[in-house]
Amino acid sequence: MCLAVPAKLIEMDNGMGTVDAGGVRKKISLLLLEDAALGDYILVHAGFGIQKLDEKQAEESLALLREAVTEVEARYKNEQDPM
Amino acid sequence: MSYQNLDSFRDPEVAKTLSGLIAESCQSPMRIMEVCGTHTVSIFRNGIRDMLPQDITLVSGPGCPVCVTDQKEIDDFIQLARKKNVILATFGDLMRVPGTQSSLQKQRAQGRKVKVVYSAFDALTLAAQNPKKKIVFCGVGFETTAPTVGACILEAHRQGLKNFFVYSAHKTVPPALDALMSMDTVIDGFMMPGHVSVIIGADAYLPLVEKFAIPCAIAGFEPNDILASILTLVQQKEAGESKLENTYSRAVSPEGNKKAREVMEQVFDKVDASWRGLGVIPGSGLSIREEFERFDASKAFELPPARSAAPKGCICGAILTGKKIPPQCPKYKIECTPTDPLGPCMVSSEGTCAAYYRYHGAITKVY
Repeated sequence: MCLAVPAKLIEMDNGMGTVDAGGVRKKISLLLLEDAALGDYILVHAGFGIQKLDEKQAEESLALLREAVTEVEARYKNEQDPM
Repeated sequence: MSYQNLDSFRDPEVAKTLSGLIAESCQSPMRIMEVCGTHTVSIFRNGIRDMLPQDITLVSGPGCPVCVTDQKEIDDFIQLARKKNVILATFGDLMRVPGTQSSLQKQRAQGRKVKVVYSAFDALTLAAQNPKKKIVFCGVGFETTAPTVGACILEAHRQGLKNFFVYSAHKTVPPALDALMSMDTVIDGFMMPGHVSVIIGADAYLPLVEKFAIPCAIAGFEPNDILASILTLVQQKEAGESKLENTYSRAVSPEGNKKAREVMEQVFDKVDASWRGLGVIPGSGLSIREEFERFDASKAFELPPARSAAPKGCICGAILTGKKIPPQCPKYKIECTPTDPLGPCMVSSEGTCAAYYRYHGAITKVY
């Protein structure tokens, strides 16, 4: 029930906004967001924007995940080929 | 940010690596509880269990708001639907939950006005469109949903609406986790609900981590979010540590959504609440504050105490505390199915029993 979907904010008008989630458009309330701006990716739950997604944090998490892949691959390679 | 970026949290290469690292780190049995129905479903849908070593057991906790709604609250919703001139607005999940005598779906079949809405805002719109009717919204949900309902009460107040009411059965997660830890449950780590955390903030769990010295990780809903949180939980346990890791930092900040929290505090008071299967948990409910009591359906309508009784033979309590899994219930798949459910865990699509019914036993391993 706490399902929330990330969607791009494409219109804003007096506390209301329109979001686009992969082509599906929906009118939502922005009453619970402090600093939403056009182009932001926001989490939408039950007709309300509840959070702006933090791009920098997303990049950092992805970088960490990719780093883990690279490390494991390198280790695997070393085990296969100790030279 | 882009959708490609969000898709990367589903990258199978990364999932494979994380799964390998989990297997490598895990040296002893561990029970991890997720406390969010959306996690329960995502774990099944993405075949996460098949990617984990046998030592790791994932159990579902009280993470589905519909499932923990007390029988008396369900019976009150049904009583409200029977009131003259009332249109009852509800999220779809509640429709088929069996009350002691009836369900909202049965009430609708008998001609009562019960409307399924997607948002509390839709109920507010109904109130503005039907000035001669009384619109009652069934307020069910955790901290993710409560602010949206609170915002609608504030908006009704601003617009001076006199025909909009909310029956607040909202509940909050941290007191329930505290109560769970004080029961005889074996939990070695918590996967914290991502979207509850969006509102209350990561720091809200620090007292719990400190009090019970238990590993905790806030998780998002993509497969790699879930695997990353399991990895950190396993690493913590093996290192003898207990801290709070936030693996969903793109959405969850330490302080959460301040505005949403303010709305919640402005509209609701913390009260003791009765959870299905868990009993009364101090300070875990939200009731509408005196200032807004004219919107409070539990005060505006007479609701004689119903003789509520939980369905017989349903092992909800053991399911919701992770002591048993649905296939261990004698009624599961026999007398209790999604089309003819005995209890709410089989009704809501995010209920533990419904998720097991849909996914458990399916071939999920690819050889």
